[in-house]
Amino acid sequence: MTANAHALAAYNQRKGFLSWLWTWLSTVDHKRIAILYLFGGGLFFVIGGIEALLIRIQLAVPQNDFLVGSTYNEVVTMHGTTMIFLAAMPLVFAMMNAVVPLQIGARDVAFPFVNALGFWLFFLGGIVLNTSWFLGGAPAGGWTAYAPLTTEFLGTGSDFYLLGLQLSGAGTLMGAINFMVTIINMRAPGMTFMRMPLFTWTSLITSTLILFAFPPLTVGFFLEFFDHIFHANFFNTAKGGNAIIFEHIFWIFGHPEVYILVLPAFGIISEVVATFSKKRLFGYTSMVFATVLIGFLSFMVWVHHMFTVGLGPMANSLFALATMTIAVPTGMKIFNWLFTMWGGQIHFTTANLFAVGFVPTFVMGGVTGVMLAVPSADSQYHDSYFVIAHFHYVIIGGVVFGLLAGLFYWWPKMFGKILNETLGKITFWTFFIGFHLTFFPQHFLGLIGMPRRYFTYFPDEGFNTWNLISSIGAIGMAIGAIVLVINIVITTAKGQKAAGDAWGIGRTLEWSIPSPPPEYNFAQTPLVKGIDTFWKEKMEGNKKVTPAEPLGDIHMPNPTILPFLMSIALTIAAYGFIFANQTSASRPLCLVIAAFGIGLMLLLMLIHSIKDDPGFHYHKEEIIEIEKGAE
Amino acid sequence: MSGANHVDIRTLSHPETATLEGKNKFLGFWFFLGGETVLFGTLFATFIALRNRVATGPSSQELFSLPLTFLSTIILLVSSLTSVFAVLAMKEYKIRQMQLWFWLTVVLGLAFLGLEITEFKEYVHEGLGYTTSAFSSSFYTLVGTHGCHVLFGVLWISALMIQSYKKGITTVTAPKYYVSALYWHFIDVVWVFIFTIVYLLGILGG
Amino acid sequence: MDTANRQSEMLDYIAKQRRKRDLQHYWVSFALMIVFTVLAFLAVYFRKSINDYLIAFFIVTMAVVQVIFQLYYFMHMKEKDHGFPALFLYGGAVVVFVTVLSFVTIVWIS
Repeated sequence: MTANAHALAAYNQRKGFLSWLWTWLSTVDHKRIAILYLFGGGLFFVIGGIEALLIRIQLAVPQNDFLVGSTYNEVVTMHGTTMIFLAAMPLVFAMMNAVVPLQIGARDVAFPFVNALGFWLFFLGGIVLNTSWFLGGAPAGGWTAYAPLTTEFLGTGSDFYLLGLQLSGAGTLMGAINFMVTIINMRAPGMTFMRMPLFTWTSLITSTLILFAFPPLTVGFFLEFFDHIFHANFFNTAKGGNAIIFEHIFWIFGHPEVYILVLPAFGIISEVVATFSKKRLFGYTSMVFATVLIGFLSFMVWVHHMFTVGLGPMANSLFALATMTIAVPTGMKIFNWLFTMWGGQIHFTTANLFAVGFVPTFVMGGVTGVMLAVPSADSQYHDSYFVIAHFHYVIIGGVVFGLLAGLFYWWPKMFGKILNETLGKITFWTFFIGFHLTFFPQHFLGLIGMPRRYFTYFPDEGFNTWNLISSIGAIGMAIGAIVLVINIVITTAKGQKAAGDAWGIGRTLEWSIPSPPPEYNFAQTPLVKGIDTFWKEKMEGNKKVTPAEPLGDIHMPNPTILPFLMSIALTIAAYGFIFANQTSASRPLCLVIAAFGIGLMLLLMLIHSIKDDPGFHYHKEEIIEIEKGAE
Repeated sequence: MSGANHVDIRTLSHPETATLEGKNKFLGFWFFLGGETVLFGTLFATFIALRNRVATGPSSQELFSLPLTFLSTIILLVSSLTSVFAVLAMKEYKIRQMQLWFWLTVVLGLAFLGLEITEFKEYVHEGLGYTTSAFSSSFYTLVGTHGCHVLFGVLWISALMIQSYKKGITTVTAPKYYVSALYWHFIDVVWVFIFTIVYLLGILGG
Repeated sequence: MDTANRQSEMLDYIAKQRRKRDLQHYWVSFALMIVFTVLAFLAVYFRKSINDYLIAFFIVTMAVVQVIFQLYYFMHMKEKDHGFPALFLYGGAVVVFVTVLSFVTIVWIS
């Protein structure tokens, strides 16, 4: 029953591709799941990026007929949905999976099984959503899927949206609970809460926000789904329904979602800036406090997305005040990053370039955010390109810059090779300049009255020049992304092997172990003596972190295919419900298929419950050998 | 199957949190309940906003009856007590007692479900279909979601009990029994709000 | 030997006492929960002779009190190591409170 690494490796070499596939489908190792998330998120990021380019081609010149009417609506909807749910979220989870257990000195996450299940649900949910292109048309109601547009006036594309996102949302929720428990229960001895690296802190708060924000989304999508497939009346005004309810539910989820994405980016920036300034993070305590405060406030501001609904001056004023309050902790963070750099020995690696580029870019997004928080002014900005410019500054300038900084920073830890710095810098400059070229003009487009979500404009409206500049900028971002892909290919093919402390100036625990780490991460659980404990040890002249336990056998969970099969079962159920709505003749059959999928899921859960995983052990001698090999 | 993990240490007063896996399960399940709180909260909020939107269908005052709701409530309350006794027996490693109490919980859960199904049947008969009005949709969705949770609880506890004859009470199984009982209590907590907000306030009107 | 023996006897005694106390708590909280339930139903039963708002306030209070008993005694939240469960349960409750509040005030339904 006990499998060990050597036997597994030998087995892999014998069986070739199929067993290679099997190891990835059945893995429960958080480092491998991180790679899966990176691949899945990267794939959807490319798809969403192509959709963005299509939009910019259509809008490059007035009265263009490249993408017209509902096709344009479909592309816009899928661009937003893909980028938020299927690219940004999984890339955040990729970083969390790759780094959080290493930063807290843990051998694994709390629930390896659930971790794998979360990934497969996300990935198959994304596939379900994207198959809509070939099965009757993509959703076209915007990424917000407001009712009754989505529930009554659009075709079957909406079902793909609702069911696909329901799957991936369930996966995200599981991932969040997993990380909360991991961070709270599995820290190494001495790793108190106030010694945790900032990225771990932001991961904890982000997971908490997911825990509270995703259930409302689940409910909102279920209500729309019941309206659409079973003809319920939640949003059907003719029978007493109320569409405002959906807007509330969506934004009770939707606003925290913004912070769910950006807080881990804040964490990454904090790590990267501190490391490459060779200084301790300035104002660590205030950073933690600001993170918690942003997390709390994020649930109190959702109505600022609904200022023009007409909820009354009282509601608008209260939510406007709460919204502006968020600028305070965010501002604290900005100053802390600046003070961290001040007087430091700054190394301008690609990772740090993205972090430094992040600061002014994100500040611009923040400033327009405060402008939008004024209800009377918002009546002017609402649904114009000013809003588009604002949230792209926040989500690309904040989240994507942060993720790219993290990608370049932790790539050697994940794959054992440092990405090519020259190509990396080309990526940064083309992406950075392309980004500002694309979105800065959109502020002006919004202010002179160009509405969002329209597929074209007339030549005499004064939008021509800015739109053309914007489309040219998009090419710059595309080049940056392509260079990044080339960089990854070249590095994988012939990059130099990275040391454990790949940058030579690592501060946190993940740099104290080999790159990539062995399956069990830490041969001996480290003893944490303070913030930036690895840096502390290095300053005391130690090469390794002081262990908290003697070397011994390490217990690891066995790989299992069940998470993948469970996700398949739920995917079958999702398709059953989706097709139940397409033709009335096949409706009963489709509902039976849906029931079969749910039944299969329950059966697999039963199997999981009955079959206890005894796991396997790495024996002391094996560990000594592996550690020697990694030197 | 290796028995290495099935340690039976009767000196532990909390077998459910004796191992790191047990502690993780315990904490993770509580967090899950935190999420469930928000899920049901959103359903409650929707119901409260739509409860008087009866369109042409019957209203809650015309439908709900005090005795039926009272009976369901007492059944679920008693099942909460039986599951707490089951956990108490588990902590003392009295497996027969634990099984007895958990099976009683399952029976009470089934009785509750039976009552709910007959109740829904009657409402449909009186003209309150799922698609009748915004009130009917939100009522069936909220109470039905709770019913599905009861059904899942019944299936889950039954599956655990059938296994318990073979596996006994160990540091591997104890966390499972413990969190299933937590789940059952949570179902009861939700029901307390359902009978108060949906049924009692519905009968009260307004 | 003797001290060890006496110690285990003592632990046995403490365990027994604790069990007795736990049982007592369960029975008392169960009885109270039944009482709260009955009171709530009675209040609605006599709805003709009592002010509606008073009843509504009363039954919701009864529900909240009952749930607190359920949480702290049946779900053992009064025991130690329940800080994080409590924090996140109440966190969820705050989100629910804000949601319900907005759904009864600002959804265009009066």
